[in-house]
Amino acid sequence: MEQEIIIQIKDANSFYGAKQILKNVTLNIPAQTVTALMGPSGCGKSTLIRCLNRMNDLVPRFRFEGNVLYKGIDLYGKDVDITDLRREIGMVFQKPNPFPKSIYENVAYGIRIQGIANREFIDGIVEESLKRAALWDEVKDRLHESALSLSGGQQQRICIARALAVKPHVILFDEPCSALDPIATAKIEELITDLKNNYTIIVVTHNTAQAARVSDFTAFLYLGDLIEYGPTAKIFTVPQDKRTEEYLTGKFG
Amino acid sequence: MVGNRHACSLYLLIWFMLKRNNIVKFKEALIERLLLCCSLLSVLTTAGIIWVLLSETIGFFKHVSVIDFLTDTQWTPMFTNKHFGILSLLSGTLVTTFIAIAVAVPLGLISATYLSEYATDKMRHIIKPLLEILAAVPTVVYGYFALLFVTPLLRQFIPGLSGFNALSAGLVMGIMIIPLVSSLSEDAMHAVPMGLREGAYALGSHKIQVAFKIVFPAALSGITAAVILAVSRAIGETMIVAIAAGQQPKFTVNPLVPIETITAYIVQISLGDTPHGTLEYSTIFVCGTTLFVITFFLNVISFKLKRRFQEIYE
Amino acid sequence: MSSRRLDKKIDAAFKFVGLAATLFGLVVLAALVIDVVSDGHQRLGWDFLTSYPSRKPEQAGIFSAWVGTLWIMITTAIFAIPLGIGSGIYLEEYAKRNRWTDFIEINIANLAGVPSIIYGILGLGLFIRMMHLDRSVLAGGLILALLILPVIILSTREALRSVPSSIREASYALGATKWQTVRHQVLPAGFGNILTGVILAMSRAIGETAPLITIGALTYIPFLPTNPVAFNKEIPYIHLSLQGFLDPFTVLPIQIFNWVSRPQKGFLVDAAAGIIVLLTITLAMNAIAIYLRYKNQKRW
Repeated sequence: MEQEIIIQIKDANSFYGAKQILKNVTLNIPAQTVTALMGPSGCGKSTLIRCLNRMNDLVPRFRFEGNVLYKGIDLYGKDVDITDLRREIGMVFQKPNPFPKSIYENVAYGIRIQGIANREFIDGIVEESLKRAALWDEVKDRLHESALSLSGGQQQRICIARALAVKPHVILFDEPCSALDPIATAKIEELITDLKNNYTIIVVTHNTAQAARVSDFTAFLYLGDLIEYGPTAKIFTVPQDKRTEEYLTGKFG
Repeated sequence: MVGNRHACSLYLLIWFMLKRNNIVKFKEALIERLLLCCSLLSVLTTAGIIWVLLSETIGFFKHVSVIDFLTDTQWTPMFTNKHFGILSLLSGTLVTTFIAIAVAVPLGLISATYLSEYATDKMRHIIKPLLEILAAVPTVVYGYFALLFVTPLLRQFIPGLSGFNALSAGLVMGIMIIPLVSSLSEDAMHAVPMGLREGAYALGSHKIQVAFKIVFPAALSGITAAVILAVSRAIGETMIVAIAAGQQPKFTVNPLVPIETITAYIVQISLGDTPHGTLEYSTIFVCGTTLFVITFFLNVISFKLKRRFQEIYE
Repeated sequence: MSSRRLDKKIDAAFKFVGLAATLFGLVVLAALVIDVVSDGHQRLGWDFLTSYPSRKPEQAGIFSAWVGTLWIMITTAIFAIPLGIGSGIYLEEYAKRNRWTDFIEINIANLAGVPSIIYGILGLGLFIRMMHLDRSVLAGGLILALLILPVIILSTREALRSVPSSIREASYALGATKWQTVRHQVLPAGFGNILTGVILAMSRAIGETAPLITIGALTYIPFLPTNPVAFNKEIPYIHLSLQGFLDPFTVLPIQIFNWVSRPQKGFLVDAAAGIIVLLTITLAMNAIAIYLRYKNQKRW
């Protein structure tokens, strides 16, 4: 593991009300790679990824203890501006959730709210982001149609383009394909592999095959504990823990 | 030199960004405060109502004893022999309310049951908004209708009916509050989980049994909330009774004769030329207080019941 | 077995009874409309809309009444719409769930059920006696604004609640602040339903009579509030004035009430004609609201 570490999670504990969701999770995520967080439902993988851009702050009765260092800065520190943080660390959600606006406005929104109004500049970013999300050719003639008129897979790629437009360094994918058909899933997976040259990517998935296909590193979580973490090839071929092996062979999950 | 200029512009950039963030934060905080102020206005409104009502009511009770107010059966503030017995106005209010509820509750509940358990989704989407139009018709229009259509119609069957009477005002008021009962009750019945119904259907029950033995009891607190709100609405309704029920305070339960409700009395004094600041004039505030206290309790009970119902099923 | 057959009959009968009970109100509404139209249609016409009230029923019209209604509605809208929507946004998007919020909620639920005439008494004490606004457009508009405020707040909250939280999350994830999220995503997404609530609230305000009677809104007003824009021959040619807000007024329902209380038959005809106009306005507003609600239903 020679890569630069971009995110360090140290002793992360999280609670929903009295219920503990994450238990002492410690994890280093290298830059410019795809890391998969894998595990059966309820293992805390979604909670963990949502701790990285502090999305859980929106959930009432949610509590987080521990540290998340992004490029050495504690994300839960007092001076951290949560909106700046979320521009650095983008997110794509489980179900495609485009805004009920035009394709163009969906992608432009993140730039506009930074106070940028230069039309040409925004046009350029919209085009660049849609190209990176491999959607430009499909939508370039109907940028001003509603994003809701697109298919599920296209909607999810709009959401990816939207996240790319604010120039993040890290992109979090929270089960991005769980609402999509196999063809759309393949496209998204291909996209994720392309994007890793420029971004650090963290993918939550309960689909072991998907983790094997797209990721360089895999973390296996079970009931809030991080069971095992390492290069994907190693996890899938010689799992160290019995529970990982059982999960991979489909004994539970 | 070049390095220095670079450092300088970097410094400026950081300063600018910090400043921009501060402006954004300030704006966010300001907007939140402003919105908070908007919602405080409703608290101020209640405070204003209580203050206006109480300040005049206290003055009134310096001249009139509370016992007389609550037990005297005559209300004659404008006569030389003054009596201030709220009972005669209250009885008028209760008679019209009773009639209205006797119309609105059975019709409203039957139609809620029908819409929730029998009607198709499509029918429900068409009929519900149509029914709500009944509540949107201005009350002065209902007053006209009660006085000039319903009363003459009823007189053909009830010869002794006066031109102004509690009966037709109450009946028309009942029609007006049907949607209040039916809409809220239907919401409550609709919220009852399908599983409860399916259990009964699986045992071979008919729709009517499911509706009345399963859904109705399960939705009871929501339905009660609707009925209480309807009572509150009927007690506070003004124009229909002011137009069609008469202006004669009378301690009676006879729906065929002219009576006067609390609300109609307030209208009567407002229209007259009673000088402000007199004991006679302050009676409208006393009546207002009576009205406010009664409706306040009904509204709060209804709110609590509705919330309890929502906590169970939503 | 026979009891089961009986149940089946009752079941079939209830289907009929239920439909009849549901349609009963609508039949009465139809009777009302037919009655009013047959009583009043002969008075309707251009003259009726452009004449001031008069001692002679056949010359009386609703000019000052409908202009007054327009003035009052504008005043009410200016205050009630921003305050109501703002308050709804605060309670739904910002307020934390605690006892204080609980208190505000009970308070609004109660205000929504307070009899309208109580708002008139509030206005009498607050706007007339304390602020000396007299029986002006401003006083009337403010009273109706307070009256419909809870309605707008409740419908705004309901509209915002129906906006899926995934929209909010998407916006936050792009680095948007709370207000940016509300302003650019949540409000536009809930706009149709908020508008529906606002229209219904305004239609309620148009029909209100009692609170305006309480502040002593005069019923015989043979003039209009001062025109806000007047043209004259001298520089600067256009003269703007807010005086109209402080002028006395009457509104359609008060004019109708006044006519209904007269003994002469002719005025009852005037009242019916006035009702046709008032009903047309309120039913049209309700139709628009129903249409909007229907259109917005299928979005998510």
